[in-house]
Amino acid sequence: MMLDARQTPPALPNTPGVGFKPAHFQGLTSDPGPVGWIEVHAENYMADGGRQIAQLRALSEQFAVSVHGVGLSIGGAQALDTDHLARLKHLCDWVKPASFSEHLAWSTHGAEFMNDLLPLPYTGATLTHVAAHINQVQDTLGRRMLLENPSSYLAFDDSTLSETDFLAELVSRTGCGLLLDVNNVFISATNLGSGARDYIDAYPLSAVGEVHVGGHAEDADEHGAPLLIDSHGAPVADAVWTLLGDVLARTGPLPTLVEWDNDVPDWPTLRAEAARAADALALV
Amino acid sequence: MKAFHEALLDPALQAPEGLHDGRGGAAGKRFDVYRNNVMQSLTDVMRAGFPVVRKLIGAANFDIVAGAFIRAHPPTQPIMQRYGGGFDGFLAEVPQLASLGYLGDVARLEQALRLSYHAADTEPLGASALASMSPEQVARTRLIFAPTVHLIASVWPLYDIWRYNSEDGAPKPQPVAQHVLITRAGFDPAPHPLSPAQSAWIAALMAGTTLDGAQDAASAVEPDCDIAAPMALLFAQNALTALKGTA
Repeated sequence: MMLDARQTPPALPNTPGVGFKPAHFQGLTSDPGPVGWIEVHAENYMADGGRQIAQLRALSEQFAVSVHGVGLSIGGAQALDTDHLARLKHLCDWVKPASFSEHLAWSTHGAEFMNDLLPLPYTGATLTHVAAHINQVQDTLGRRMLLENPSSYLAFDDSTLSETDFLAELVSRTGCGLLLDVNNVFISATNLGSGARDYIDAYPLSAVGEVHVGGHAEDADEHGAPLLIDSHGAPVADAVWTLLGDVLARTGPLPTLVEWDNDVPDWPTLRAEAARAADALALV
Repeated sequence: MKAFHEALLDPALQAPEGLHDGRGGAAGKRFDVYRNNVMQSLTDVMRAGFPVVRKLIGAANFDIVAGAFIRAHPPTQPIMQRYGGGFDGFLAEVPQLASLGYLGDVARLEQALRLSYHAADTEPLGASALASMSPEQVARTRLIFAPTVHLIASVWPLYDIWRYNSEDGAPKPQPVAQHVLITRAGFDPAPHPLSPAQSAWIAALMAGTTLDGAQDAASAVEPDCDIAAPMALLFAQNALTALKGTA
């Protein structure tokens, strides 16, 4: 069933946000710079108590919050883990986030959770079960969710739909919104020898509720073709800032998140990345 | 996805069929990006959870043992704070580590510290709670512990081993059995050394025995066991949440 209009909390502001790291709690709360909202990985805040829960409670009083799931396995063929869905609902019920998002990816097969965002073929069959999973999430949480495009290192012979058509069809079938990860677009286009701007041209930009930028690492495959790794462990590449500017020129200002999850820098360094996002937003 | 999943944790398997590089070629080693991501992310979880085990056996050995654990016992749920349970028993079965008999106890201690860190917040019981009771009432009272509290029994100098490998300048471990009580007065769990008799006293209380019965349990281990010190510790460390009297 298509999600109908429900009571929606205030949206994320069209300002820079940062992926929250506990090491930045003091810096972020005392000197946020241009940061108007934060994003947290849902699975890190499912404990019963302790410092991290207390930090999120405090942060949610100062900033708009985006809850970003990394473990629901929406792209998998098997049924969603209803225990995990219940934990997500509990988290969203008390945080009352401005946004909930997850990934077009799978991570659980059978009973095993692989702790990575794994790819799926884009076919009529996968479209059907991903749409059913999104409907289940939206019905359980009582809100519209955003779905993020993956970073790809390979593609499936079985795919019959482009990723952009697949996402557009999910939006049409479920009423979900999209989280456009510009770094992922750049990574996938580079890795698969396609065009990042062609992807943006074909992408349903009107459904975007949030954009991501983050750092990647450069490698090559065994044939010498470029292979970018979605490391979230470096500054955002200049080419990704440029692509973000192209996107924002078409969409207008959007909530723009800087992700830096590995080799986490000090707060002033991340704040400076957020300031670059503010510069990009100021141009549109 | 079955073939994809199986090949992730088994480097001996070929990458699955039906994958390409977007340029007209087979995906080849590109599949290894996913293999690396899975092993790297889970190894990072293990490194963060067991820093003292890692220090005791060395970073390179730790990665090998953690990798074997991950392949044998991959996560079965998506909350990585909870992953790593059973690593103590796994370590005990590794023949090359047999000479480090205390390693499993150290892993249990580190796992308990993580569980305590993320456990529910509770209102502590004040030290005055027992003050107004008659000795007979106190004897029949049971103590309710906070969910942050853990007790680790060991025949090794477990507290000293943990501390020596966690704090600069900590004293060298002495050859004495130390049990460890973990409490969390605020947000940071703290381990405390206990004698076997003190540990027997707390273990009995945690199992729901009355203070009278717990005294008997402690005396059975050490006739003149001092329980005033561990009692003060429980109150000072916010380890208790309530009392339960008996009729």
